[in-house]
Amino acid sequence: MMQAEWAAGLAGGLMIGAAAVLLLWGNGRIMGASGILGGAVDGSGRADLGERAAFLAGLVGAPLIVVLIRGGAPQITPVDSPVLLILAGLLVGFGTRLANGCTSGHGVCGISRLSRRGIAATVAYLAAGGISLLAVRHLLGLS
Amino acid sequence: MNARHLVGLVSGALFGLGLMVSGMTDPAKVLGWLDVFGAWDPTLGFVLGGAVLPMAAAWRLSAGRRPLLAPRFPAPPPQVIDRPLIAGSVLFGTGWGMAGLCPGPALASIGYADPRLWLFTGSMIAAMALMPRLRRRLDAGPATG
Repeated sequence: MMQAEWAAGLAGGLMIGAAAVLLLWGNGRIMGASGILGGAVDGSGRADLGERAAFLAGLVGAPLIVVLIRGGAPQITPVDSPVLLILAGLLVGFGTRLANGCTSGHGVCGISRLSRRGIAATVAYLAAGGISLLAVRHLLGLS
Repeated sequence: MNARHLVGLVSGALFGLGLMVSGMTDPAKVLGWLDVFGAWDPTLGFVLGGAVLPMAAAWRLSAGRRPLLAPRFPAPPPQVIDRPLIAGSVLFGTGWGMAGLCPGPALASIGYADPRLWLFTGSMIAAMALMPRLRRRLDAGPATG
């Protein structure tokens, strides 16, 4: 059971890596979700808005098509508290734009080229994520 | 739609499906990875490892070549580790640890039609859209530190 989830993780990870390779070798772009989305919504990416929109359409659309074909979304367990969800969304939005990258840009694309910035950012958000979860889940008991 | 748009569309689709297959669109699995003092779930490590491997090979094979549809590959990243990088990553990580969602999975799961996910993703997009205005205000404001 556990091993099956790890195998699915590895398979999905290889697909994510292949998506990043495609964007790099095709368009010469870094596959960073926060950068592509952020540039599309804050006006800074007007020059290549079409490419951004196409990528975002694929990212949102492909899982949507799977949901429609399967007749339902996969079983997931999001946090319930609206306050927590809104606060978390704002922090992720501001934070990733300030840092110029998130798990895909700094994580996948940065680590794979041994970028010092990518590695430093990844260490910082992993540590902050662990501490934040510890505080929210184990100290405050929220979910 | 030109060839670059098509590459973007297919790359985005593959990214979204990979996130779905890997289980990373379930916030509980992401929080499980961050929960080192609880019931730790190593799945995210396999996902990151699986994604980094092809990209590490791709960066190596890129040397001396050019992309199919662009004049050149992205320039080598700057080496400087500055305050916005670390402060931004700490803010991002704090939110990530609260809800178990980062930008990629937040977008990939829009089609799940879960209002809790939409609340997060809507807030995230609003923050991103307001960022330039906030940045200007921060830059223009009185120096406090």
